[in-house]
Amino acid sequence: MAESKTIYIVGFAIIAIMVIAVLAYGSSQDWEFGGADDGAEGVVEEVDPGYEPWTNGIWGDYELPGETESMLFALQAAIGAIIIGYFIGRYTLKKSE
Amino acid sequence: MHIMEGFLDPLWCAVWFIIAIPFVAFGAKKIMELVREHPEHKMTVALAGAFIFLLSSLKLPSVTGSSSHPTGTGFSAALYGVCVTSFLATIVLIFQALLLAHGGLTTLGANICSMGIIGPMVGVLVWRLMIKGGAGFAISLAITALIADWFTYVVTAFQMTLNHGQSVDAFINFLTNYAATQIPLSIVEGILFFMFGVYLVRNKPEIFDISDAVAKKMQEA
Repeated sequence: MAESKTIYIVGFAIIAIMVIAVLAYGSSQDWEFGGADDGAEGVVEEVDPGYEPWTNGIWGDYELPGETESMLFALQAAIGAIIIGYFIGRYTLKKSE
Repeated sequence: MHIMEGFLDPLWCAVWFIIAIPFVAFGAKKIMELVREHPEHKMTVALAGAFIFLLSSLKLPSVTGSSSHPTGTGFSAALYGVCVTSFLATIVLIFQALLLAHGGLTTLGANICSMGIIGPMVGVLVWRLMIKGGAGFAISLAITALIADWFTYVVTAFQMTLNHGQSVDAFINFLTNYAATQIPLSIVEGILFFMFGVYLVRNKPEIFDISDAVAKKMQEA
């Protein structure tokens, strides 16, 4: 199955190059790469001036520490990756039997 | 595509919840039936959910100078359709709203509608068309995932416009923020699912048999 291996390598390489190219160009432009979800706040200010969010949710004004937030995102990715890895392992094993 | 807590008026929060609830409830029912009738699919549903978990946590930089994340709903949409996807997306969105203060509980209905329902719905249409037209599983899965991802952000822009601005200009503004940023990310998602599709075709092609579109195609053949 050399052919599918090539597809995986090329696929991951394209993604890596895309991300690096965007970051490299962004750094030359001093882009900050803020989240688009947070960016919506700026658009709301522009198209609907004076809008005040009517609730801050269960955490209120408290912002999760950046360290904790990145831990929780990593945890989320890990849960997904463990399950996907388990399946790929299982399928590959079954196939080779 | 996570609309933040407090950024939709209570009326719109309610509207999107009312639209979302039947899909999610039906999805939960469908998953229970699926697990009862096809026990081997218990694991595959978990796998479809795992993709949503993994991909929606990966924040990637985009050419617009902001960051966003893929949605990972394409695999679930292709195999199990919209309702199951909406249920799986709901689990992820609740996790993110409660633990990550990402999205929100009041905006949960709106976020389920974009990421779990309307985006995947367009994905399912693409999937059916491609399978019907005789396209391979891997490329069909890739395009389905790409479209479901991208359209999710178009829906978010539309939801925000309905609440804020209600004009074409406002819509374009929101589209620029959400959907333009998402173009390269949805391409990344498409590439990932193409690779996974290639893997499945080589190692476990029968997994696709559960899809309505594939079953129909096989009957015709």
